[in-house]
Amino acid sequence: MTQLLEVTNLEQRFDLNTDLLSKLVFEKGRIIKKERLVKAVNGVSFSVDRREVFSIVGESGCGKSTVARTVVKLIEPKGGRIRYEGEDITELSRTEMLPFRKRMQMIFQDPYASLNPRQRVMDILVEPIIFHGITRSSDEAREKALEILNRVGIRPEQASRYPHQFSGGQRQRIGIARALAVEPEFIIADEPVSALDVSIQAQILNLLMDLKEEFSFSYLFIAHDLSVVKHISDTVAVMYLGRIVEKGSKAHIYGNPLHPYTLALFSAIPRISGTKMRTGRNLEGEIPSAIDLPPGCCFHTRCPKVLPVCKEVVPEEREIEQGHFISCHLFT
Amino acid sequence: MNDTLLEVKNLRTYFHTFKGIVKAVDDVSFSVERGEILAIVGESGGGKSVTGFSIIRLIEEPGVIESGEILLEGRDVMELTEREVDRLRGKEISMIFQDPMTSLNPVYTIGRQIEESLILHTKLNREERRAACLDLLRSVGISNPESRLKAYPHQLSGGMRQRVVIAIALAADPKLIIADEPTTALDVTIQAQILRLMANLVRAKNRSMILVTHDLAVVSEMADRINVMYCGKIVETGSARKVIDESMHPYTKGLIDSIPNLERDRMRLSTIKGIVPNMFELPEGCNFAPRCSCATEFCLRNEPQQREVEPGHFVACHFPLRSGTYGLSEQTCGRSGGVCS
Repeated sequence: MTQLLEVTNLEQRFDLNTDLLSKLVFEKGRIIKKERLVKAVNGVSFSVDRREVFSIVGESGCGKSTVARTVVKLIEPKGGRIRYEGEDITELSRTEMLPFRKRMQMIFQDPYASLNPRQRVMDILVEPIIFHGITRSSDEAREKALEILNRVGIRPEQASRYPHQFSGGQRQRIGIARALAVEPEFIIADEPVSALDVSIQAQILNLLMDLKEEFSFSYLFIAHDLSVVKHISDTVAVMYLGRIVEKGSKAHIYGNPLHPYTLALFSAIPRISGTKMRTGRNLEGEIPSAIDLPPGCCFHTRCPKVLPVCKEVVPEEREIEQGHFISCHLFT
Repeated sequence: MNDTLLEVKNLRTYFHTFKGIVKAVDDVSFSVERGEILAIVGESGGGKSVTGFSIIRLIEEPGVIESGEILLEGRDVMELTEREVDRLRGKEISMIFQDPMTSLNPVYTIGRQIEESLILHTKLNREERRAACLDLLRSVGISNPESRLKAYPHQLSGGMRQRVVIAIALAADPKLIIADEPTTALDVTIQAQILRLMANLVRAKNRSMILVTHDLAVVSEMADRINVMYCGKIVETGSARKVIDESMHPYTKGLIDSIPNLERDRMRLSTIKGIVPNMFELPEGCNFAPRCSCATEFCLRNEPQQREVEPGHFVACHFPLRSGTYGLSEQTCGRSGGVCS
């Protein structure tokens, strides 16, 4: 397998005070300039091979969606390198990015907000086809759009409808069709099923996997739930507060999870067979703010196995077994 | 142990819209025992939230509770005047809503919002109320409650806000708590904390809870009994273990199978085909028939009635799963065997 996407030491920061005036604070009798930055992504590295499904899992605020958006440069990265097929796209301008945009497409979380309510389904699909010059004429584009809609399970006579006439699951199918329209090779799916009912979730996940087989896609899959990505992933990374804490193949993460946070995530999943939740133990406390990151290991404030060293030193990522990486002082 | 707190009989809540009548809750009957957690599960549009709202008569235009009895300790809530229901809400039945950001008032402090419930429903004086507020916050696991009293909702995280909402719901020590998707907006680790907290509070005081949710896994962890709703009707009801492990209705089975399961490994998830039908054009026979893999001609024409297939386990299906003996006889429906898998 060849490497498609390579991300090294990716950093992303959001400035809470955008203008100079709001940066000035009065402290101890004088005015000083103070920056308040949300450190959303702190040195994240991973790579996605061709035909691989790479999943990033974590709770809200851990920076997983920010990673997805930064990789396609919807937000400019503040540090690190992004390479696509060996080519460095970190510094590319908007126009230079265009050919890459055609090759990497995104599916968004909220099927209600990600479709233009004033466009008919047909137009939603035809627009990117024509923009990226996939077909020569608009007739061909319409034909292609119908073909794709049919593939994702939307009937041709529904193509002239508006998004509000569809259910959530159908809208997500339209969102998927739009991504397919420009014949991409890499799909970034940002929580594509979390807004849907369980019975519909399963339909959409199955569709995504069928499409992968059919068009040999690679996926970067973002999810907050470890159970959702189990069926589809080849490699899984667990993120916490802007860092990848554990990364490995599906067998590693589900068969031999080691990082205390990964273990806590597993034990927090409600199970259809279980009644452990009423009595069992789980993580206490909440995720710290990304503005004031705790020193040392970012998980030490909630970790049940915290050591003195965790509060001071940021743990290095190390390879525990072939392809299984962990950032934790327990494993040094 | 037959100590019924709430009994709902033949509840019908309809919405009269310009496009027609939506039968959001259609002839639903169930009961809640003291000290019990009853779960109502189903997909969006199943009528589970409307059932919850109907119990405390929080149905607004164009919705109307058409008929039915809601007996709280033998007293019919439907017969009460609006003033009397007001006294009931919060005092005897309280509610926890899905979105903790919209159910708290953004311009009042946490302390004031908890206190409001105490002013309305108790005779405590100012000092006692403050002490009670602190106790409540402590009981829902909020550390440093003194400083939190003065905080506004936006200063708290989602999990903290939901804890405050629970504290308000508990303020007047109600007999029944209706929790409408209490953890849907929260992360898994926080969800686990909140669920455990709610279960413990209900058990410790022998209170009852109706848990409305779409998540069968949460239900299986929490509930004593389960009502499965589909298109405004209860399709299966029984003890949690029976409904989950020995589900009789194909819809229940479908819901369980479509949950990604950590313990099993499959390439494909099983699904329920199709989508929830349009509530304006419900199918003629069994509502689930068009999506059901074992439906026959018979199902498309005849609406199934709820039947007791084993003690305490009811199902509304012509051909309950794994129960050849319970299904209709071959002569009645012209289909051999009763088992479908």
